[in-house]
Amino acid sequence: MSLFGKLTWDAVPFHVPIVMGTLAVVGLIGLVIAVLMTKHNKWGVFWRDWVTSIDHKRLGIMYIVLALVMLLRGFADAIMMRTQLAVATSGAEGYLPPEHYDQIFTAHGVIMIIFMAMPFMIGLMNIVLPLQIGARDVAFPFMNNLSFWLTTGGAILINLSLGVGEFAKTGWVAYPPLSELGYSPGVGVDYYIWALQISGLGTLLTGVNFLATVFKMRAPGMKLMDMPVFTWACTWANILIAASFPILTAVLAMLTLDRYLGFHFFTNEAGGNAMMYINLFWAWGHPEVYILILPAFGIFSEVISTFTGKRLFGYKSMIYASGAISILGFIVWLHHFFTMGSSANVNAFFGVMTMVIAVPTGVKLFNWLFTMYRGRLHLTPPVLWTLGFMVTFTIGGMTGVLLAIPGADFVLHNSLFLIAHFHNTIIGGAVFGYMAGFAYWFPKAVGFKLDERWGKASFWCWLVGFFVAFMPLYVLGFMGMTRRLNHTDNPDWNMWLYIACGGAVIVMFGILSQIIQLIVSYKNREALDDTTGDPWNGHTLEWSTASPPQYYNFAEIPTVHDIDAWTDMKEKGQAYKKPEVYAPIHMPKNTSAGVLMSAGFTTFCFAMIWHIWWLAAAGFLFGIVVFFKRCYTSDVDYYVMPAEIEEIEQAHIDSNKGGINA
Amino acid sequence: MTAVPSSLNPELSHAHGDDHEHHAHPSNNVFGFWLYLMTDCLLFASFFATYAVLYMNTAGGVSGKDIFELDYVGIETAALLLSSITFGFAMISAHAKKQKAVLAWLAVTFVFGAVFIGMEINEFHHLIAEGNGPQRSAFLTSFFSLVGLHGMHVTAGLIWMTTLIIEVARKGLGDKTVTRLSCLSLFWHFLDVVWICVFTVVYLMGAM
Repeated sequence: MSLFGKLTWDAVPFHVPIVMGTLAVVGLIGLVIAVLMTKHNKWGVFWRDWVTSIDHKRLGIMYIVLALVMLLRGFADAIMMRTQLAVATSGAEGYLPPEHYDQIFTAHGVIMIIFMAMPFMIGLMNIVLPLQIGARDVAFPFMNNLSFWLTTGGAILINLSLGVGEFAKTGWVAYPPLSELGYSPGVGVDYYIWALQISGLGTLLTGVNFLATVFKMRAPGMKLMDMPVFTWACTWANILIAASFPILTAVLAMLTLDRYLGFHFFTNEAGGNAMMYINLFWAWGHPEVYILILPAFGIFSEVISTFTGKRLFGYKSMIYASGAISILGFIVWLHHFFTMGSSANVNAFFGVMTMVIAVPTGVKLFNWLFTMYRGRLHLTPPVLWTLGFMVTFTIGGMTGVLLAIPGADFVLHNSLFLIAHFHNTIIGGAVFGYMAGFAYWFPKAVGFKLDERWGKASFWCWLVGFFVAFMPLYVLGFMGMTRRLNHTDNPDWNMWLYIACGGAVIVMFGILSQIIQLIVSYKNREALDDTTGDPWNGHTLEWSTASPPQYYNFAEIPTVHDIDAWTDMKEKGQAYKKPEVYAPIHMPKNTSAGVLMSAGFTTFCFAMIWHIWWLAAAGFLFGIVVFFKRCYTSDVDYYVMPAEIEEIEQAHIDSNKGGINA
Repeated sequence: MTAVPSSLNPELSHAHGDDHEHHAHPSNNVFGFWLYLMTDCLLFASFFATYAVLYMNTAGGVSGKDIFELDYVGIETAALLLSSITFGFAMISAHAKKQKAVLAWLAVTFVFGAVFIGMEINEFHHLIAEGNGPQRSAFLTSFFSLVGLHGMHVTAGLIWMTTLIIEVARKGLGDKTVTRLSCLSLFWHFLDVVWICVFTVVYLMGAM
């Protein structure tokens, strides 16, 4: 056994031009950023104000930056797949050999779910949730920083697999026995396991943290049934995180034991049962899709009620519907494998439960429609995303109900119909929701609004691109085309594959528009400046702070009398009122413990992947030592003094002199 | 911004009652830890479910009936259950601010815990030496994993207990330390409950 385990120079794919080209571009971008940061002397600021920050708002921004970067990576995978399938028709082989193509579709799935959608959702929750409940931070600010860096550690590992070794060729679900050592002897599955394990741990800590936050840190007067609807949606999602991510941890640990120590959980030999993996995986995986969608539902609720200028219709039914979806989300996992061969009664139960989910979801859709009814909708980008969602998601939901019929599923299982269905719900539901939330809360987080023209362009490209890219997949599914094909030889399919590729190109223009939108908005930031802190005449407490909010959020913790607490305060004339005196504010200090712990554990994971045992032990020990050191550090907090608070608050009140802005 | 150490400013000390947004609030910590234990519970549940699915898959090798010795496991179980009682005494002493009693009860708890772990390691060692290691069959895989997962938790608890014994001996029973003791106490009793399930589902039902 050598010093570096299985790691040799052969692990770097020098002979694959696509990978080398990508690495060169990424390296170049990294170099440019590093040079610029050195030139402008930004490293210190970066370390002090961002890397070590335990401010939930800054962590939220960092989560979203991570999500957007990973969106580019995941989309690059997507457009490679679509172009490959458009080229490799009628028996042609295309430009991506199966060996490479299989890694691409696996990476695409893992990245989009775990490293794009999850950080996006958690980022928005980080920025908004503590503000909405009138808290100064989350319950465990240090742990929040640690969660972010653990997630980033996972993202680093998955990107590392591009240039060092390989990624899994198993599909994003990594079903055994294919993912067992006998059939996947390389390091690809190990990258998969450890990237998911470390980021999953981060997510689990986030779930626990935000649950403790909403149960322990709400502003006085705010009962649970007074919490803003986005906070409620996130709370259900966090309950799902706390209840389902341990199952992922367990199933990955079992696969690890099979691969590293020759255990027999899921092997073909010695009595292992591969279906046990698939059951456990989806017992996590199905709640996971509701973890993604519920906060998006919350965003739509906020957007609709703000931009119609009305109170949300059916607040209570919204919350109960989310609760029903959360519970039902746990008893439908078997619909991912009706073909397992369980009895007709078992399949019938899971089929019916799956269809029942359409009921609470329908309740939500009608609530949004009734909120809009007789309202005056301002067609801003967040509203466009919401309307686009309502149409798109309804179609995706209906194809889901269709798939929930076990008999139909036997025909459509693993076909492109399924691919079309879940993209229909995840893009049309979760991604559109995050885009709406991004545009809606951008001024709150950053201080200036986004350019509307480019925002609308982006929306229309995404919407049209989505339909052009995925409707053909429904057709191809009915025509018998299965998923994960590398090349095809059926002339009847060709036209649909070309159209789908065109759709992906339109979506690409949507993403380009978003990049342009960010650049244009930054250039015009003075014109788009949000001096009021309340650019949309919002209903909830986050809009009572400045944009970006004061780092302590609230000079004085507000007392809440209504679900729409901020509207209530504005109506009663209590908004922008100064208290007689300011009390000192107790704040946590920034710390490098989170990033250092994550560095240790990420090193541990990398060393485990390559069987470098000494480095694994060293990385793990380093993480633990930093943790103990942090536990016994007493210098963790400080006080903000009234004079400083006075100055910051006066500036915020001055900018709102004209009273309530509309 | 100026930092004001609470020791210099009595008004701002941690004991100040109405500090609503207090970040290091002990009840936050205990509640947060309890939430974590619930997630841990699901981790165990996954391993229990897997054991239930795989325990009959002996692949021609031994089954539970052949290898479980209830007398031996009975003593092991008694050690762990007693350690929960003694930890309870440690907590009563902690709330009464009796430093020496806390240290004594923690030491007794540690010994019981160590006996439990020692006996478990001995059991595993024997099984592996006889060729009945976790690689032998899916039954043994799931048995070693479930029992071992619990054993790893107890070991972590012992390490944590060591750090707290040092902390109590050096710093006495401040609020922070008592909160930490409360969390470990939750953890320790939780592991006891899990063990009762392991004892019932794995050993009793397996040996019957």
